Amino acid sequence: MRDSSYQAVMARRGDIMKAAVGLDYAAFESGGMAFDYEAMMAAPGLSIEEVIAIERGYAVGNTPLIALKNITALARSCSKPGYGASIFLKDEACNPSGSFKARRAALSVEIARRRGYKGVITATSGNYGAAVASCAAKAGLKCIVVQECFDSRGVGQPEIIEKARKCEALGAEVLQLSVGPELFYVFLRLLEDTGYFNASLYTPYAILGVETLGWEIAHQCLAEIGQYPDVVAVTNAGGGNLTGTARGLLKAGCHCYIAAASVNLQGLHMASDRDFNRKSFTTGHTGFGMPYSTWPDRSDVPRSAARPLRYMDSYHTLAQGEVFYMTEALAALEGLERGPAGNTSLAAAFSLAQAMPRDQVIVVQETEYTGAGKHPTAQLNFAKQNGIDLLVGDPADEVPGQSIVLPAAPEQLRARPADLDHLKKSLIRNARRAYPGLVRQADIRFLAEETRSDSAFVRRQLEEEP
Amino acid sequence: MASKGDWVRLEQIVLKPEERALQLPEDTARVPLMLWVKGWLVEDTAPGGWAKVTTLSGREAEGRLLEGQTDYNHSFGPAIPELMQIAAGLKARLFGGRDEG
Repeated sequence: MRDSSYQAVMARRGDIMKAAVGLDYAAFESGGMAFDYEAMMAAPGLSIEEVIAIERGYAVGNTPLIALKNITALARSCSKPGYGASIFLKDEACNPSGSFKARRAALSVEIARRRGYKGVITATSGNYGAAVASCAAKAGLKCIVVQECFDSRGVGQPEIIEKARKCEALGAEVLQLSVGPELFYVFLRLLEDTGYFNASLYTPYAILGVETLGWEIAHQCLAEIGQYPDVVAVTNAGGGNLTGTARGLLKAGCHCYIAAASVNLQGLHMASDRDFNRKSFTTGHTGFGMPYSTWPDRSDVPRSAARPLRYMDSYHTLAQGEVFYMTEALAALEGLERGPAGNTSLAAAFSLAQAMPRDQVIVVQETEYTGAGKHPTAQLNFAKQNGIDLLVGDPADEVPGQSIVLPAAPEQLRARPADLDHLKKSLIRNARRAYPGLVRQADIRFLAEETRSDSAFVRRQLEEEP
Repeated sequence: MASKGDWVRLEQIVLKPEERALQLPEDTARVPLMLWVKGWLVEDTAPGGWAKVTTLSGREAEGRLLEGQTDYNHSFGPAIPELMQIAAGLKARLFGGRDEG
């Protein structure tokens, strides 16, 4: 009889993950900090053409690239003469299940199917659950989704409740938990008991799935606009969206500027029962974005395939009110009703376009579906019920957990740059903490790749903190 | 009394406060980790009693039977004028005050 206590199950996590992911992570290790990331990404042995073919089999991908003419005109009306890049939108909401997560799910589920797993499990409170459920339905596999949904009062975040509804509509079992990181323990027990595949967001398969998004953006821009994009704006949380998109752009020969964007929730603790329902965004925010970019291996798998600091050129934060504002603008000016979290990069792009010359192109890399619970109206009503003030004014005054400030005018919407050097230094510090032994040449090289810097930068940081 | 075959919702205490992970914020640490699961009731059970269900993935799950909690009640709620005003403002700015007369 297995010991199913918290400590015992967590102690078995390595073995459980190995069986549930089917990847021998030890093969990529070097005995210290460094591991062979590219070897891990090559391990599935899938070319991008093969990934595209897999996704076609799930009716995933090949989504429209839309010219946002009116939003571009609005950005130009806020810009200096000669400025205001053309803004385009990749409508990932057109995927089955309504988000770019379908790309990750198609790969994960297909790998599970090919390897003979009877089912898939995913731990997510996001769109990934529905994406996995949708692909599992097509593949004839069972599906279980584990969400963090309710606070200790039993109040559920409406967006997550909608996601549960969608998963159930697609035939998946949904387990909903109250607030806490011990969701991982529940997830491990389920994997162990069922023998199902861990359709993790952070395996190489999942990130290979996202590469097709970047690939499509590059090819569509060439075909439809006659040039590669100059900037691609990507919503950033766990890092997979950004990593996969950047890798796909590079594979298509496009070396454009990658701007990451997150909703600013600084001050709110992600494991706090009380803070849980005081935010209006459940993903695409700094609560994931900051920790995951500075320590990717906090993921469920031993080495995450999502390593955003390797690829991002800048990282911007937006106020919740700014993203709600752009969600309304998208509906009113472009006739596209889409979910707010997926518009985080749209809000960033609206701001960034104003600093770019008119003849340049910025692509907003995703949209997501909207509906009851997800819609700005639903989220703002929920915020009011939880004591959050809704104001119109300068979004710089927004205090996460206390207020949401809608800009009074589009000029007030300003993507705020995070200090990328500071994040890179944090990553180096976190790596040192996790691997306190001797730092070898290979580790210095590895950290330089991880932070898109050089060995001089890495050495300086290591010297500063023994 | 809920009948065998009813679509119901169950509740479980996964970890009592003293069993929870270390280094949690104080407000989370003092409450239990709870789990909720829905499924088809395996046999007649009174609300509040310990029940077994067959879930949508065909597993058996158990927990305390909750009464009448399988509804989807999430919605949009009342219209938010501050949101609606954004549309009007942006349209006026971009397309100007055209006379309809």
